[in-house]
Amino acid sequence: MTALTLTNVNKSFGNVHVLKDISLEVDEGEFVVFVGPSGCGKSTLLRVIAGLEDASSGEINIGGQQVNLVPPSKRGIAMVFQSYALYPHLSVRGNMTLALKQEKQPKAVIEERVANASRMLNLEDYLDRYPSELSGGQRQRVAIGRAIVREPKLFLFDEPLSNLDAALRMNTRIEIANLHRALDASMIYVTHDQTEAMTLADKIVVLRDGRVEQIGSPMELYNNPANQFVAGFLGSPSMNFLPEGLLGEGQYTIGIRPEDLFLSDDGPLSAHVSHVEKLGGDTNVIAKIHGHAVTARLFGQHSISEGQELRFAYAEDKAYRFDTDGQRLR
Amino acid sequence: MNKARQNPFNTAAMHGALILYTLIALFPVFVILINSFKTRRAIFREPLAFPNTDSFSLIGYETVMNQGDFFLYFQNSMIVTVASLFFILLFGAMAAYALSEYQFKGNLLMGLYLALGIMIPIRIGTVAILEMMVATGLVNTLWALILVYTAQGLPLAVFILSEFMRQVSDDLKNAGRIDGLSEYTIFFRLVLPLVRPAMATVAVFNMIPIWNDLWFPLILAPAEETKTLTLGSQVFIGQFVTDWNAVLSALSMAILPVLILYVIFSRQLIRGITSGAVK
Repeated sequence: MTALTLTNVNKSFGNVHVLKDISLEVDEGEFVVFVGPSGCGKSTLLRVIAGLEDASSGEINIGGQQVNLVPPSKRGIAMVFQSYALYPHLSVRGNMTLALKQEKQPKAVIEERVANASRMLNLEDYLDRYPSELSGGQRQRVAIGRAIVREPKLFLFDEPLSNLDAALRMNTRIEIANLHRALDASMIYVTHDQTEAMTLADKIVVLRDGRVEQIGSPMELYNNPANQFVAGFLGSPSMNFLPEGLLGEGQYTIGIRPEDLFLSDDGPLSAHVSHVEKLGGDTNVIAKIHGHAVTARLFGQHSISEGQELRFAYAEDKAYRFDTDGQRLR
Repeated sequence: MNKARQNPFNTAAMHGALILYTLIALFPVFVILINSFKTRRAIFREPLAFPNTDSFSLIGYETVMNQGDFFLYFQNSMIVTVASLFFILLFGAMAAYALSEYQFKGNLLMGLYLALGIMIPIRIGTVAILEMMVATGLVNTLWALILVYTAQGLPLAVFILSEFMRQVSDDLKNAGRIDGLSEYTIFFRLVLPLVRPAMATVAVFNMIPIWNDLWFPLILAPAEETKTLTLGSQVFIGQFVTDWNAVLSALSMAILPVLILYVIFSRQLIRGITSGAVK
């Protein structure tokens, strides 16, 4: 069964067409990540699904029921916000129980769900504290707990990690992945961070300018990008694009991932090293090929220094070709 | 900490300036207070002297207590001020929320229209207001004053509060909507507590002019049973003879309630539990 189906959803604010004809399916228990640069409409799409914005046209189905006219609280969803959005005047327990009290759930049910959620998120010691007395990571866990207790058909996460520092972000990312496994719930997660997208998703939806660029599993998108945008967006460091004519190959751009470039004394690409990043496990070489910057990611440690001349080679089956519109040529 | 604040000379200068300002601001109050405890002759002979055993007198307070119904005036002023503030804050906040939260046709025009009152003094319309009050039979009731003061305070309240409400996090309101709170609950339980400092500011701004106003009580409610404190104190000021003891005593007593209300509202200016809701 599908947890969410969008059919030709459009959204305009006045004359600005923000979401353009978006159709998409989320299966039961699937973890779907919306990813794209800022301003691509991913948050707006999430808000349309949540019912905080009305779709201008198109159909939204959650759990087999059309919900275009259903208010947010009755859609069977729960949302975790980037800014946490905890109720300042309520304790952690109050924050988690408010929605259940609104639904008039019996006391025993509320108690049990709060106990379960707080055990899962290690919040048991903080139930009587107020949001102002919690750290950033704890606040984010409370926000997630507030979503869990509702036992929704669909979880919506709006960039939940972007307010956390790097170390905490990684921990929380793993926690969210574990949570998804434990709850076996359908989740939609919005982020602009491709690492989060790659590590968490069962399915990634890449958005640009309000349009779906490509949908697929992380590895599908990585290995088989439909166009230059998707190829460049996923992967870090991002794919190198050598403009047409640089290799004397004709009217298309060649894309090569940094890890697919390797050193070879008789390689076709002669490069002038402009910067070297030594990471211990990897070495990133930023070099100029005919004045065009490329990044090569070499495994292990190499004694390469700035100013050196190198020759790179690549395997023909690892090179992607894109036409002038950015579409992939196969 | 920044360097300027650590410099002892700067610290001294800053405190000196603030203390000087405090002294200047409190001086008239101080003069009123000490003179209210003196005999009439002592007031005129040495206005700045403290009351001593010779000059000490409670005659002013006695006059005030015996003449006119001082406590009734007091009560009237209190009712009018508190009720007006309540309505200003309630309706002002509601209008401000509607303007800042909901997109509807004419939103901007409505906002401008509501703010127009800041620029036009309400006293220009005194005659029309009086005619209206006569027609509705509200003359010589406290309601006449409450309604006028509410109308007078609303423009500034809407203006200030709508600015503050725009700053309340959308995520918080949306979280409430997803949790099934009604728009009224979101307004009263989530938004109002977060703009409490702004509400306190509006209350303080409006309170003093209402409490001190002589114009509208004199015109709309001059009857004995609806006299406010300011109007009631006027009986001691005559064209030829003024009972200074009584005037100063009445003024001293009139300071107290404003002081209490001010303390209540200014405590709200301190942000406490509101921090930490959203990052």
